[in-house]
Amino acid sequence: MPVPLHFQTLAELADRLAKREISSLELTRAVISRTEAVEKSVRAFNSRDAADALAQAEASDARRAAGQSRGPLDGIPVGLKDVIAVKDQPLTASSRMLANFVSPYDGTVTTRLRRAGAVLWGRLNCDEFAMGSSTENSAFHPTSNPWDLTCVPGGSSGGSSAALAAGEAIATLGSDTGGSIRQPAALCGVVGLKPTYGLVSRFGLVAYASSLDQIGPMTRTVEDAAILLGAIAGHDERDSTSLRVEIPDYRAELAGRRGPWRIGIPREYFGAGLDPEVAAAVERAVEYYRGLGCEVRPVSLPHTEHCLDTYYIIATAEASSNLARYDGVRYGHRSTKAKDIVDLYFQSRAEGFGAEVKRRIILGTYVLSSGYYDAFYLRAQKVRTLIRRDFLDAFRGVDVLLTPTSPIPAFKLGEKTDPLAMYLCDIYTIGVNLAGLPAISVPCGFTGTGLPIGFQLIGRPLDESGLLAAAHAYDRVHAWGRKTPSL
Amino acid sequence: MAENPRIDIDHVAKLARLALTPEEKAVFGSQLGGILSRVEALGRVDVSGIEPSAHAAAVNNVWREDVARPGLPVADALRNAPAQRDHMVVVPKVVE
Amino acid sequence: MSLSPSSPSATCYEAVIGLEVHVQIKAASKVFASVGTGYGHEPNTLTDPVVLALPGALPVMNKAALDAIIKAGLLLGCRISPVCKWDRKNYFYPDSPKNYQISQYDLPVCLGGEVEIELAGPSRNVMGEHKRIPLTRIHLEEDVGKLSHGTIDSLVDYNRAGTPLMEIVSEPALHSAEEAYAYLTSLRATMIYGGISDCDMEKGQLRCDANISIRPVGEKKLGTKVELKNLNSISFVRDGIAHEIRRQVALLERGGVITQETRDYDGTTGTSQSLRSKEEAHDYRYFPDPDLMPLAVDEAWKERIRATCPELPFHKQRRFLEQYQLPYTLTSVLVWDRALADYFEEAAGLCGKAQAAGNWIVNDLLRELGNAKATLAECRVAPRQLAELVKLVDAGTLITASAREVFTEMFATGDDPGVIADRRGLKSAAADGNELEQWCRDSIAANPKALAEFKAGKDSAINAFKGPVMKAAKGKANPKAVDETLRRLLANS
Ligand SMILES: [Mg+2]
Ligand SMILES: [Zn+2]
Repeated sequence: MPVPLHFQTLAELADRLAKREISSLELTRAVISRTEAVEKSVRAFNSRDAADALAQAEASDARRAAGQSRGPLDGIPVGLKDVIAVKDQPLTASSRMLANFVSPYDGTVTTRLRRAGAVLWGRLNCDEFAMGSSTENSAFHPTSNPWDLTCVPGGSSGGSSAALAAGEAIATLGSDTGGSIRQPAALCGVVGLKPTYGLVSRFGLVAYASSLDQIGPMTRTVEDAAILLGAIAGHDERDSTSLRVEIPDYRAELAGRRGPWRIGIPREYFGAGLDPEVAAAVERAVEYYRGLGCEVRPVSLPHTEHCLDTYYIIATAEASSNLARYDGVRYGHRSTKAKDIVDLYFQSRAEGFGAEVKRRIILGTYVLSSGYYDAFYLRAQKVRTLIRRDFLDAFRGVDVLLTPTSPIPAFKLGEKTDPLAMYLCDIYTIGVNLAGLPAISVPCGFTGTGLPIGFQLIGRPLDESGLLAAAHAYDRVHAWGRKTPSL
Repeated sequence: MAENPRIDIDHVAKLARLALTPEEKAVFGSQLGGILSRVEALGRVDVSGIEPSAHAAAVNNVWREDVARPGLPVADALRNAPAQRDHMVVVPKVVE
Repeated sequence: MSLSPSSPSATCYEAVIGLEVHVQIKAASKVFASVGTGYGHEPNTLTDPVVLALPGALPVMNKAALDAIIKAGLLLGCRISPVCKWDRKNYFYPDSPKNYQISQYDLPVCLGGEVEIELAGPSRNVMGEHKRIPLTRIHLEEDVGKLSHGTIDSLVDYNRAGTPLMEIVSEPALHSAEEAYAYLTSLRATMIYGGISDCDMEKGQLRCDANISIRPVGEKKLGTKVELKNLNSISFVRDGIAHEIRRQVALLERGGVITQETRDYDGTTGTSQSLRSKEEAHDYRYFPDPDLMPLAVDEAWKERIRATCPELPFHKQRRFLEQYQLPYTLTSVLVWDRALADYFEEAAGLCGKAQAAGNWIVNDLLRELGNAKATLAECRVAPRQLAELVKLVDAGTLITASAREVFTEMFATGDDPGVIADRRGLKSAAADGNELEQWCRDSIAANPKALAEFKAGKDSAINAFKGPVMKAAKGKANPKAVDETLRRLLANS
């Protein structure tokens, strides 16, 4: 039985569109009808505008007919996490605070996707303000894991991973502050790439923790991630943290780089708390690389144990300030109970934010407050220096690092109520954000109960080409991300 | 541990302009206490002589030239305003 | 200064004042957003996602704002930090869209420096005492929006939000309202000279807060300080500070205690009232702004800016006194307006008569400008034309009274003085030897008494011959030629 359009890869569909075997309208209709069929059970979307998507698809077909196709993304339905601004579309960050907010502008990645001809399709659910690891912190509804509807899809980009796994989009964008692309990718059996900090513009990305946030592609294959990354990466003068670097043709480089790679295995990433089935699947991936002739050697990242604490100080401090703008004055939720302007702030924010957001604002405010700054924030920034140094030291002897993406596969909805237990989901992904490195989660099998597992490859700063090539060497053969759940 | 004595949650909530219910104060206070006692481990890291990182990798002197570009039309600027009058945002009376 | 006690037994107090001055930097676009700046536009027409702090918006620094603050620092003798960074100052207020202000906390662009001031001298004609008021720092930050208050609600306009702003902080080194006044006058002139700001206080381009305390003379410890806000003209700064010093002295003399507070001064009524006590001290939770990168200012950059720095008013004044030998009174008018000083130097250079040129500018040009409510930029008299007028008077071609008439017409028409004098027949008669000589002979012959006096050595007796000559010439004789001819004839008679 042929693979239905909505489950094909971006690369395949781009090829078929180019050959005029299919039209974008056909493909977009297929994705829309698939979405209508499964969305009731997956609930990956916060909002979607089918008419708008179909209009974009028609425009794409018209371009192609006129010989003005814009490349592989032209006509491909791509879903965006609901933290990325799309002009005239809702932008909610899955928060009651922004439930009625409509963006008057396009973010930079949005502009670039439009320029590449992509069909922007839907606003995807996530944890509120991207704070969480299960998408249960969405103010609107949780999203289900397409492989087991009673399980979480991971988070915070859980809508992006679930929509992709369920065939509700051909590719999606997520955002990753402490693992929010890679962990849901692993839990839903798709590929998720967090680029080097500064490679993809954050202009138009609702800020959670500015020095850690990065937008990245979520796709069915590593090759698709290379295509999508190429469309969104590159310097943007509207983001001061955007790097001035040449963007290579990542897809073309996949074929050019054949390894073998020197692969480092950080011993601190295989300790207590790692699920045995995950450990075994990751070990099989390591074996595969060994079989390719890669040198695999243990390395140490000695400050790993401090990553989580460092992350929660820095991320919440930045968040407490970034989220101060949500005050009910210029936009967003405004309490009707306020008796004066000060009360307006207190009540609007109390009503507009959910528990996890409040918790992080309180923690972040505390660590910055008078008398605590040096002990918490300044110290965390110094430890951050040490954490980055650990990685750069390790890269003197190896080309990439290989670790599990998540210590555990998808867990049950409602299972984790203790915030600390939830924070531990990101234990293997957080260091990468603190160090600003690129990292990718690649699907590498399933548990006995059929839940996806992923491994993580971490690369040198700005070595996306090398990282993607190393990931592709595994993925082109195994292609676990092409497997589809029965829904 | 009902509430960590080191966290003056009322003061912090006030700084953050968050109205918390007594239940929230109790829960957050206890959870933050747990997180902070974990975080205390950072105090044992030797950071002498280590520069703090505000960015993963800082680059100096990022700027733009002083060229004015068109901004948002007023209608777009106030499109999401909860209350507006005379092209301005309305808030409860601010007493200085 | 010491304030005279109200009773002989009472203490003498000394005031200690520090000023925080916010100066809007003249720039086409905002400090972190590319939308334009401006005053008096329709509300909320100068905004964009960054100014409004919409979700996802990010700041990008305007290089011109940094150039401007470096220039200010160089003009005021500050140390320019080789490395500086941006910090967030967190506080909630409806005019602050992000609820944090991007500012500089521990690494400002400028450290140290000083503002030279001049206090009033014993008379207008004598230079007063000069002092150098040390600065703590100057940092760059962004302005907030504007609130207007209705009866039941307030309205917010974000046009001003994000305008580049410099905060110039002085050491607590001023000791009187007059010193504060002189400080602001000098600082304002420096900013205008540097082209950094127009410093129009009515448009809020210069705003001043004063920290004021008093202590018994001789006491080293500072007294409790009161912050005075909303001093929105330079005169109000002087009046407000004087009022606050009087208030504090009176309070202490009544046995009262000064509380640390912020007070609002109302210049129209000359009263102040408490805004809030400092007990609920702000906790701004400053931290480095992760959205902005650090800055490194190297020597080459500083040199580039230094090349654009003008001579400051007090330097210019010292030079004018020395180079042109001008009286102090003239310099004190000329140097405070850069355009006027430039105008003077051009005219003086062209005619070689600096004091005459200075007098024409200070007395006549400024009066005509004042009457016409015009600025120097609108003036139709070019420095070259004023220089020509000075030369005509100097050569005796125009007598002073005629020159005034000519100047009035120059100001109205922009025509050259020679052209106007010819048109109006105001030029002194050319030294037509025969006719003038005859008039002179006639005058000497008609006044033997004066002739005798002159011969006896009374030089001023010569004036008695001049009147009849002028009368005969119908006022158009060149006074210089008349004088010369009379002396030649008298010597031979
Ligand atoms: Mg201040
Ligand atoms: Zn300031």
